[in-house]
Amino acid sequence: MTESVASRVVEHHGVVRARLSRNAGARASGARAWGIARKIPIVPTAIIGLFMVFAVFAPLLAPYDPTRIALPQKLTPPLFIEGGNPAYVLGTDALGRDVLSRLIWGARISLTISAAVVLLSSAVGLFVGLAAGYIGGRTDSFLMRFADGSLAFPGILMALLFAISLGPGVSTVILALSVLGWASYARIVRGEVLRLRNLEFIVGARVVGASAGRIMATHLFPNVLDAWVVMITLQIGLVVLSEATLGFLGAGVPPPTPSWGSLVSDGRNFIDSAWWISFFPGLAIGLLVLCVNYLGDWLRDTLDPRLRRTRQPGELTAF
Amino acid sequence: MGRYLLVRCIESLVTLVVISMVVFVLARASGDPVTLLISDKATAQDMALLKQQLGLDQPVPVQYWVFITNAVTGNLGKSLADKGDVGRLIADRFPNSLLIGGPALALSTVLGIALGVAAAVGRNTWVDKAVRVVSILGQSVPSFWLAIMLIMVFSVMLRLVPTSGMGSLDHYVLPVAVLTFFALPLRTRLMRSSMLEILDTEYVKLARAKGLSEGSVIWRHALKNALSPQLTSFGLTLAFAITGSVVVETVFAWPGLGQLAYQAMLSRDYPLIQGTVLLVAVFVLASNLLVDVLYAYVDPRIRY
Repeated sequence: MTESVASRVVEHHGVVRARLSRNAGARASGARAWGIARKIPIVPTAIIGLFMVFAVFAPLLAPYDPTRIALPQKLTPPLFIEGGNPAYVLGTDALGRDVLSRLIWGARISLTISAAVVLLSSAVGLFVGLAAGYIGGRTDSFLMRFADGSLAFPGILMALLFAISLGPGVSTVILALSVLGWASYARIVRGEVLRLRNLEFIVGARVVGASAGRIMATHLFPNVLDAWVVMITLQIGLVVLSEATLGFLGAGVPPPTPSWGSLVSDGRNFIDSAWWISFFPGLAIGLLVLCVNYLGDWLRDTLDPRLRRTRQPGELTAF
Repeated sequence: MGRYLLVRCIESLVTLVVISMVVFVLARASGDPVTLLISDKATAQDMALLKQQLGLDQPVPVQYWVFITNAVTGNLGKSLADKGDVGRLIADRFPNSLLIGGPALALSTVLGIALGVAAAVGRNTWVDKAVRVVSILGQSVPSFWLAIMLIMVFSVMLRLVPTSGMGSLDHYVLPVAVLTFFALPLRTRLMRSSMLEILDTEYVKLARAKGLSEGSVIWRHALKNALSPQLTSFGLTLAFAITGSVVVETVFAWPGLGQLAYQAMLSRDYPLIQGTVLLVAVFVLASNLLVDVLYAYVDPRIRY
C-alpha cells in the first residue's frame, strides 16, 4: 500500500525541516475514492439504493399504515396469485396488515439499526485499534484483552441475552450488536498500525514533535482506511443478518413495529396457508445482504487483492 | 511453543471467567423470575420465601461466589423452571445438537473440499462461477428464512419429510441440510484460494513438466498441501457444530442445546442460562484456542 502523505522538505537556514502536508492524506484518499466509485457494479448498488429509498421515504411510499389491522382482509394472497387483491400487492398477514407496507417500514427499522451498529462499532473499533497499535505496551494488552474477550463470546447467544436482559427496544439491539462487533475492527486497525508505526514518515512526524493524536488522525488514519473499509464491507452483511435473527427470535424491536426478522417470524405459523408473509421479508433480507456482500467482494478486489484473506475468528454469525 | 500454549490457556480461562460474570449479571438484570414462577395469588411473603429458597435474596457477588464454587465441582445448580439438575438437562440435550452438528460438519468439510478444488481447477469456467454463487448465497441468505422455505417446499408441499421435531432419519434431513449450507461457504472459499495458490507454485509446474497426469497432479500433490488452512477453519466450524444453532433448532423444534439456552433466556431461568451459555462459551474458547495453537504450530512467527 502506498503512503498517501506528501511531505515537503524545506531547507531553511541549512536545516532540513519536513513540512508534513496537513490534508495530503485525505486529498489523495478522496481522489482515489472517486476513481473507484466510477466503476461500481450497477445492479447491486441500485438494489441497495432502492432499499435505502424505502427506508428514508417509508411514510411516503408505503400504501398503508404498517400497523393498520383489517381483519376482513386477513391472509389475502399477493395480487399475482388467485384470490389476490390489487389493493394489497404482496398480500396481507393474519391481522390483515399489508405485507408491502410492513416490508417498506421494516426496511426503515432494519436498515437504521444496521447502519447505527456499523457506525458505532466501526468508530469504536477504529479508535481502540489506533490507540492500542500506536501506544502499545500495557494499553495495548489491556485493550486487546477486551477485544479478544468480546470476540470469544458465543455470538448470537450473547446478543440474545443482552437483548432480553436490557429490555426490548431499538437502543438495546444497537448496543448488543455493537458490543459484539467492535473488536473485529480494532484488531484489523491495530494490525495495520503495527505495520506502519516504524515507517519513516511516522517516525519523522514523531521527531518533528507531532502529538500522538495528530499522528493518529493525520497520518495513520488515511493509511488504515483501506483495511478498515474492508472490514466494514465484511461486517455490514453480518450485522443485517444478526439484526434479522434477533428480530426473528423475538429479541429485537418489539411489536407492532415491523422489522424484517420479526416479519418472517410472523408468518411462521402460516407457511402452509399464507407463505407470502414470511417469504417476502426474508427475500428482502437475503437480497440486500447478497448485494452488500457482492459489492464488498468487488471493493476488496479493487482495493487490494492481498486484503482478501483476512481471518476473523469467532466473528458473529447469524446462527 | 509450550509457553505460547500456556499463555493462551490462561487467557482463555480469564475470558471464561469474565464471560461468566457478564452472563451472571445480565441474567439477573432481566427481571425477577420469581414473578414468573409463582401463581398470581401469591402474597409478598410467599414471594420473599421463594426467593430465599432459591438463594436469590443474597447480594449478587455472594450468589456469584456460590455459583462458581459449585460449578468448579460440576454442580451447575437447579433449573428454576422444572427443578431439574442443570447439568443433567444440558447432558440430555447436548448430544442432540451433536447429532445434527456432526453430520453438518462432516458434510460441509467434504463438500467444501470437493467444490473448492473443482472451482480452483476450473478457474473462471462455469464450475467456478457456480461455486462462487453458492458460496455467496450461503453467506447472504438468512438461515431462519431458508429453513422455513425448505419446510414449506419439502415438507408441506411435497410431503417428503416431516416438518419438525426429532425422530426418524427423515427428521434429520432438513436441519442437517440447512446447517451444512451455511457452514459450506467458508470451507469452499478457503479451499479454492489455497488450491489456486498451490497450483501456481514451482513444484506443481515441475510435476506437470515431469509428465504426470493432471489428475495425479491435482489429487496427489496439490491437494495435500492445500489442506492446511482447512484444519484451522475446521476448528471454527467445530465450535459452531458442537454448540448447536439456536435458529435451526428453534425452527425445527430440535431439542438441542441452542434451543435450551434460548428457552432458558425467555423464562429468565438463571441457572439454566448460566449453564448453557457457559458451556457454549467453553466450546467456543476451546476451539479458538485450538485454532490459534494450530496456527502457531504451522507458523512459528505467531508466538508470544
